[in-house]
Amino acid sequence: MKAKIKSNHEPLIHIAKKTPVQGWRAMLVRAGAIVAALLVCGILTVFLTDLNPISVYSSLIVGAIGTPRRIWVLLHDLAILLCISLAVTPAFKMKFWNIGAEGQALVGGLATAACAMFLGNSLPPHFLIPVMLIASIVAGAIWGLIPSIFKALWGTNETLFTLMMNYIAIQLVSYFCFVFSVPKGSGRLEPINEKFWLPVIGDNDYLFNILFVLVLTVVMYIYLKYSKQGYEISVVGESVNTATYIGINVKKVIIRTMVISGAICGIAGFLLVAGANHTVADNTIGGRGFTAIMVSWLAKFNPFSMILTSLLIAFLDRGAIEIATQHKLNDSFSEIITGIIIFFIIGSEFFINYSVKFRKSEKKEAKNK
Amino acid sequence: MIVAFIQRAIVQSIPLLFGSTGEIITEKSGNLNLGTAGVMYVGGICGVMGAFFYEQSVETVNPILAVIIPMLTCILGSALMGVIYSVLTVTLRANQNVTGLALTTFGVGFGNFFGGSLIKLTNADVPSIALSATSKCFKTTLPFADKLGIIGDLFFSYSFLAYVAVIIALITSFYFNRTRSGLHLRAVGENPATADAAGINVTVYKHTSIIIGSIIAGFGGLYYVMDYANGVWSNDGFGDRGWLAIALVIFAIWRPNVSILGSILFGGLFIVYNYIPDLSLSSQELFKMTPYVVTILVLIITSMRQKKESQPPASLGLPYFREER
Amino acid sequence: MNRQVAIELKNISKSFGSVYANKDISMCVYQGEILSILGENGSGKTTLMNMISGIYYPDSGHIIIDGEEAVISSPKDAFKYNIGMIHQHFKLVDVFSAVENIILGLSGSSILNMAAATKKVKEICDKYGFVVDLNKKIYEMSVSEKQTVEIIKVIYRGANILILDEPTAVLTPQETQKLFSILRKMRDDGKSIVIITHKLHEVLSLSDRVAVLRKGEYIGDVETKQTNEAQLTEMMVGKKVELNIERSEPVNTVERLEVKGISCINRDGIKILDNISFVANSGEILGIAGIAGSGQRELLESIAGLQKLNGGEILYHDPKTGFTENLRDKSPVRIKELGVRLSFVPEDRLGMGLVGNMDIVDNMMLRSYKKGKSFFLERKQPKNLALKIINDLEVVTPNENTPVRRLSGGNVQKVLVGREIASNPTVLMAAYPVRGLDINSSHLIYNLLNKQKENGVAVIFVGEDLDVLIDLCDRILVICAGGISGIVDARSTTKEEIGLLMTKTNRGDANES
Repeated sequence: MKAKIKSNHEPLIHIAKKTPVQGWRAMLVRAGAIVAALLVCGILTVFLTDLNPISVYSSLIVGAIGTPRRIWVLLHDLAILLCISLAVTPAFKMKFWNIGAEGQALVGGLATAACAMFLGNSLPPHFLIPVMLIASIVAGAIWGLIPSIFKALWGTNETLFTLMMNYIAIQLVSYFCFVFSVPKGSGRLEPINEKFWLPVIGDNDYLFNILFVLVLTVVMYIYLKYSKQGYEISVVGESVNTATYIGINVKKVIIRTMVISGAICGIAGFLLVAGANHTVADNTIGGRGFTAIMVSWLAKFNPFSMILTSLLIAFLDRGAIEIATQHKLNDSFSEIITGIIIFFIIGSEFFINYSVKFRKSEKKEAKNK
Repeated sequence: MIVAFIQRAIVQSIPLLFGSTGEIITEKSGNLNLGTAGVMYVGGICGVMGAFFYEQSVETVNPILAVIIPMLTCILGSALMGVIYSVLTVTLRANQNVTGLALTTFGVGFGNFFGGSLIKLTNADVPSIALSATSKCFKTTLPFADKLGIIGDLFFSYSFLAYVAVIIALITSFYFNRTRSGLHLRAVGENPATADAAGINVTVYKHTSIIIGSIIAGFGGLYYVMDYANGVWSNDGFGDRGWLAIALVIFAIWRPNVSILGSILFGGLFIVYNYIPDLSLSSQELFKMTPYVVTILVLIITSMRQKKESQPPASLGLPYFREER
Repeated sequence: MNRQVAIELKNISKSFGSVYANKDISMCVYQGEILSILGENGSGKTTLMNMISGIYYPDSGHIIIDGEEAVISSPKDAFKYNIGMIHQHFKLVDVFSAVENIILGLSGSSILNMAAATKKVKEICDKYGFVVDLNKKIYEMSVSEKQTVEIIKVIYRGANILILDEPTAVLTPQETQKLFSILRKMRDDGKSIVIITHKLHEVLSLSDRVAVLRKGEYIGDVETKQTNEAQLTEMMVGKKVELNIERSEPVNTVERLEVKGISCINRDGIKILDNISFVANSGEILGIAGIAGSGQRELLESIAGLQKLNGGEILYHDPKTGFTENLRDKSPVRIKELGVRLSFVPEDRLGMGLVGNMDIVDNMMLRSYKKGKSFFLERKQPKNLALKIINDLEVVTPNENTPVRRLSGGNVQKVLVGREIASNPTVLMAAYPVRGLDINSSHLIYNLLNKQKENGVAVIFVGEDLDVLIDLCDRILVICAGGISGIVDARSTTKEEIGLLMTKTNRGDANES
């Protein structure tokens, strides 16, 4: 009798938090999510193009890495995305939602271009490039510093603050593009003089940027894992209570970390402007500031895993763009694919952290006890 | 000229008002949907697709169907976006920020892709998507507006969706403050554990408000193409209005009625450079910055004053899990 | 006297994991009475009441209301049976007004009629004598006002059985008196009031009947008129249990830490520490006994530099230099820089003492990571320390790189205590270090503390089990409502003496009936 009544009250599906699935089983869940997402993307592509299911994937691969040139473009895309992902990571590890990477990178790029423009005639190249780098770091750091001060002192919501800072940066760049535009009024800046481009290693334009970011990845990994500051970031992110208990100055850590985060974003802007685009415009970062947040999150804030996640995103991006171009479709196709992949991966995290029990199986468990 | 300015400001304000009202409803349930920009794109393009197929399939356009079909497809598209977000964040408890950003990537991509590829995909025999017939139906204004002089110009010269936006905002305000279900929704956003203990179904409220919020935001996209852009879809034409709508939510301190005036102010700030004589192109860009600067100031001031009523809903951004107490 | 049963519990049991919170409890609540549920911390009072109010569902047993078995699996179900509970942590929405909170979650017209609701609430207020501004927002309210709103909320929902969990813990004596007179009015109106408490004088002055719980079991019930403090204390604390803790005599004790008249007011404006003075000697374990939430946490945190004080000083006598430092309002870092070797095992192990997601080695570093001028961390020593602790204290773990969250409670505590002892402290503070631990782990912790004492450390031990306090400590300081109600010699005191001190208020005015 009682059991009967009880069953009407117990929920049909019971969700419980569990010890997260570890190691290969977690990877399996994520791999499953990626496979499922690729299937969905494949079906979508078949639906939109006249490709058959198998050639969808082969065109994707050919599109991304079909020629040496494509491989370099892919690697460069990966490097820039990775650089910004590395930048936002310390802040996220501290549970500071810096979604202002777009703006922080953009002001870095702007500072780089400004240096080239104003100091280009007075400084020799081997001197100007470091100056550009420092200027971009300072600019990015300031853009990160502003919201962090308000967060540390008054608890101002950092998600919304950093988001707004993006658009201030974009408008600022548009403003300077008009102020310094050549020809006047075109809203575009004259490309930076070739003398001040980043050095070309071998005969590849992108190699410098790629190697630079690779070094940065290792540095960031070491910083987060082996430095005292990195340790403090982890403690503050895990528990402000514990941080206070062992005497960490939480406000100082928040501000310092955001300055670092902004500074590396600034470097990404520098690499893009001085090493690839050779000019700056309001769309120079092109949404990478937002994509980077997802890259960092998917990689669980591990710099080396981020190489994989940014590779995944950059690969699909390039591949989808090629498919779209071949079929005279819009290259925004790649954003749809990226979106779907991310939906699946973040959705799959649920199955790593929670267990779903159905009422029937719960009863069985009770009996077994 | 001032009348013209206000008129233009109001036209600019309507997409923002739709977006912010939708976002306020969503945020009141404790969910920060950074995907609103994407939702608005999808709302717009789905309306365009509905209208496009309808215009392609008939000889003469029936004005009523020409309005209803795009509206339905718009509702369908934006509701689906809402479903994606609510399933991921509420059911699967995914991180709201990451989900929202992915939704924006997806939505903006979706809009631009179909906007750019619709003709090719359907092998239609038109050079570009210009839904002038549909747009005309959407832009039908009140017949007596032009007879009322300035008053008519200021208050009655807009298309019906503009009034819908204001009415929705007012209804939402009323809903929050005067209805039982509105009280429950606010409780869910402020303190889901308390709402749960009081017997309110937190999950149902969250899902519903996210989906309804998305539909309302989607109308913003629809209004933009059909009315503001005269039925011509241009990629990235919608711009950053989605983010501006989120800024407006903060500016209006989570009140849809304040949002009505706020949206007009934002709309005005957005175009004011056109009305300032001898303004250089560069200074125009600085003027476009003002809505964001104003929003940051509001954000800072409210956080410094610590006045409870002007804070974001207390559980904003946090997933709710009953057993985690 | 012909009493009608309002609710009857039959053989109710509930366990969490392997621990019994309630074991085979049968009892009754009658209509029109005030029943006190008396018991020490962890005796299962709140768990039992939570099962009546729908927070938990019993593992076995029956709840009978009006002669029929009741199924209560949610607070909403409880309201169907006219049961309402007022929890210690109020469930109110801060930005809502009192009335909005009171009607929250109820069904009715879809458009709110606040005027009508306010009128109805007002009637309840007038009937029982509640005084509260109904349009005031919760965040503007004092704790007692919030409690009033909670009570009105429950009555508004038509509750005939009201359960209050430690309602006076947050109230001033005047507010307590006001609450009691309201509760009496409700009783006279035919409602049943159940009040969970461990304050004897309140039990005696307010209730008609007392039911006593001890360690999850039902000890019995008595009419208030026929009992006294001594009998209730004995029922509550039980017979002395021998624990076989080896306790040495303190040797060479010197004054190490001198707390002088410290006071502290918390965010709600309540005086959480009230003019506390004591001395902790080296080579001695000073126990601190008291009902949970009487200021123990704030006391330890103020010594550790985590709590701002409103008055008094904390003097540390350095054994090496002989200097005296005032630690009041100094940050933990500053205290360390002064050369004060202070170790602190906080109550919240994974939320404060350790970082759950970090491994044992990284948790070792919490105290020592700043050492040295290097930019980088030095993990070798922490790793050795981790291995040593795992070995010495027999921590059950796959290896030293396991996140501490995945260890069992006892092993977590060994890691924490091991780390705090490793820094060779001169003062060691431990808050509830054996809570939730099994007997073996507990004894291991006792032995560690004893060893520290023998090494000349001034140990401060906050405990809840009186048997442990009496067998482990040298002196016991009893704290009650933020003040010291007595310091006793552990070797000569009795559980009853401490029990009485724990519940005695020096203000006295809550005693009149």
